Amino acid sequence: MARNLAIVPSYNEEATVAAVVERIRAEAPDFDVLVVDDGSTDETTLRAREAGADVARLPFNLGIGGTVQTGYRYALAGGYEYAVQVDGDGQHDPAEIKKLVARIHADPPVEMVYGTRFAEGTGFQSTSARRFGIRLFALVLSAVTGSKVTDPTSGFRLCDRRAIALFADNYPIDYPEVEAILLMHRNQLKSAEVPVVMHERGGGSSSITVLRSGYYMMKVLLAVFVGLFRKPIEVEAAA
Amino acid sequence: MAVLFAIQGLSSRLQLVSIIVTAALLIFVFELIRRRKLMERYSLLWLLAAVVLLVLAIFDDLLANFASAVGIATPSNALFAAAIGFLILLVLHFSTSISRLTDESKVLAQRLALAEERLHRLDGSPDEDAVEAERRELAAEPPLSEHHPS
Repeated sequence: MARNLAIVPSYNEEATVAAVVERIRAEAPDFDVLVVDDGSTDETTLRAREAGADVARLPFNLGIGGTVQTGYRYALAGGYEYAVQVDGDGQHDPAEIKKLVARIHADPPVEMVYGTRFAEGTGFQSTSARRFGIRLFALVLSAVTGSKVTDPTSGFRLCDRRAIALFADNYPIDYPEVEAILLMHRNQLKSAEVPVVMHERGGGSSSITVLRSGYYMMKVLLAVFVGLFRKPIEVEAAA
Repeated sequence: MAVLFAIQGLSSRLQLVSIIVTAALLIFVFELIRRRKLMERYSLLWLLAAVVLLVLAIFDDLLANFASAVGIATPSNALFAAAIGFLILLVLHFSTSISRLTDESKVLAQRLALAEERLHRLDGSPDEDAVEAERRELAAEPPLSEHHPS
């Protein structure tokens, strides 16, 4: 069994999930692949299994937070050293996992590395409305954490054992990437950004629709604000 | 400040009580979120209700305008009406949430039952309930001899 796990959250991604799994197996052969199917109504689970992934199928839609956390629980229980999140829609390039791995082994030490699409400004940059939301979150998080955050909504992230242990038991729901960065900061874990190129989603539809984004922004900002008043969580040292 | 001209809106005593109660509600809701007893997704409506009621209590000329606009004679009744309106929204919100949770727990139970059945079929382990029933039977009837069939 590999020491590393690739978590692939997928919701109705039958068009892309097989290619993502195959790319991970080709580009990052030292990673086991777990697809977490968030209650898809299409053939996501079947396609993922055909491509050689293990699949955890949720009985109903939990949203991205609950889906990803399923993967972290699996990683913690399975004793994995590192876990990388790669979206099942094809927007992250598995060939770039090695960039994240290189950074997490470099200095200064960090517990989480995530890909930012804005550092080099190449590839898909998202729509202008969503960029506005992302920049707002980036400003808030940069101010709160005191380090530069440019792409807090990036779901392309690599975690070590300590971050896996934190996320397995405490992962924000609904729109979790932004809160997860704050959660790490509040628990004295460090994270760093690595420039990557992201692609436009290959299929399916974003979990964040235009109508709901205002609601989500309010909720995430509230969560970040409340998070500032929370005590750190005790995380067991890496086993 | 509205507090100084409370005669046209709320009586100054009612205004003070309203401000204290809604402010306390606001702080209480915040504290529940901080202690993770209340999820953000269920808190937004509470926060909205508390903030709106607090604003109406502080700026009671706003409340008086609202009351006359909807045809309520006394501003304090308008405050009650607003509070009841929020309560109806909250309860409706709970009803839809409970409906979703009921459906989800049904699906969970079904999926668990099917997964257990499959697990038992695959590894041949006896059904846990059957084992438990046998254990109870044995406890009620201690073996008569050492040659009791296992």
